[in-house]
Amino acid sequence: MNFFEFFLFPGLIFTVFASFLVSWIDRKITALVQWRVGPPFFQPVYDFFKLMKKETLVPKGANTVLFLFAPLLSFSSLLLVAIVLAKTNLEGIGFSGDLFVVVYLLLLPPFSVITGASASANPLASLGASREMKMVLSYELPFILALITVIINTGGSICLGEIIAYQRSSGVVMGSFSGFIALIVTIFCFQSKMAQVPFDLPEAEQEIMGGALIEYSGPPLGFFALSRWMMMAIFPFLAVILFWGGISSPAGILKYLLILVIVILIKNTNPRLRIGQMLRFFWGPLTAAGAIGVILAVIGL
Amino acid sequence: MRKSIWVYHFAASPCNNCDIEILDLLTPGFDVERFGIKLVGSIRHADCMLLTGVVNSKVAGRLKRIYAQAPKPFFVMAVGTCALDTGIFRGSYNVVGPPDKYLPVDVYVPGCPPSPQAMISGAARLIEKLKGTKKGKKS
Repeated sequence: MNFFEFFLFPGLIFTVFASFLVSWIDRKITALVQWRVGPPFFQPVYDFFKLMKKETLVPKGANTVLFLFAPLLSFSSLLLVAIVLAKTNLEGIGFSGDLFVVVYLLLLPPFSVITGASASANPLASLGASREMKMVLSYELPFILALITVIINTGGSICLGEIIAYQRSSGVVMGSFSGFIALIVTIFCFQSKMAQVPFDLPEAEQEIMGGALIEYSGPPLGFFALSRWMMMAIFPFLAVILFWGGISSPAGILKYLLILVIVILIKNTNPRLRIGQMLRFFWGPLTAAGAIGVILAVIGL
Repeated sequence: MRKSIWVYHFAASPCNNCDIEILDLLTPGFDVERFGIKLVGSIRHADCMLLTGVVNSKVAGRLKRIYAQAPKPFFVMAVGTCALDTGIFRGSYNVVGPPDKYLPVDVYVPGCPPSPQAMISGAARLIEKLKGTKKGKKS
């Protein structure tokens, strides 16, 4: 991994601009669903650079180090995930177990939100943090079950490169019955990992006014917003890699866009759940579906 | 900055008429997201405060506190006749004055309630003003 790959393509610059693009697609489709015109093409860029220029305020009683460190942790772990996924997809190589590295790195953004919210000394922020913790508890179980289904379906490999190679040689995971169930479970888990609308409890604007991010301003808020957008860019990509054989040609970008649009449409057509309903949904129907997927995969369907 | 104004709505004891008109701006008919204007829930995220209503004795202290919590650069837009000169509530026992007695107001939008078009023109005036300050800083 040299300088060019780390900072230009597929590293920092490319990932950031891809996430700007994805964020614009999200806002434009949301606007079209609501019969509006929507923001201009460069809106996320304007938003991000405006936030970079604003004043950073640290609230009285907050832990300054943790408060300012959390957004950077979230941003950098997502950047690592993006680089690992993009390199695996482009070159088909990887190291054994990089699937689990990705899973653990994807756990860091929620933890940085919890850390930042707890450090900001605000009651609404701590409410957001507590909701985020419950969300992490609820979505990890079905997500891991879906991953196990993928691993069984691709002949027991825990390396992303091998998963892609297997799917290119002998059919995609989502073509099988168990793989399709796992894909649906995974889309729901990603939706809540991204904190998108049916599961956007930590940031509920109407109830707790930005929740976990309420005390953030200026550049730290910009980095949190950027990591939200990067998650939005990364998760459909991970789903394409795990279930649809990765992106091998320019036409493969259509697969990515399809999953992205599905995610955005789920966001736009559903109301927010309460935390209890969400926990019940993830530990009940979704975990059951994930378990059925694993059983079917073991049988070989 | 002038292409992405995030707005925080502060209701300083209004009659809620202006507030309903403000929500009109987000609907398909007017859609201020075209100009990058977005309503946010926390003053820390905002670039502009949309102030409606007269300031009464209970709200005055809170208004000053909220304004002090805002990250600079920050702008204030006063919406409605009440926010200009206390309107029909002038001389009431608990009204302590129009908002510009407490904080610097950048743009005034008159009307009771102002129409959404008037508010969009107010936003356009704010954007013009931001362009002006940018030039001023350069010279």
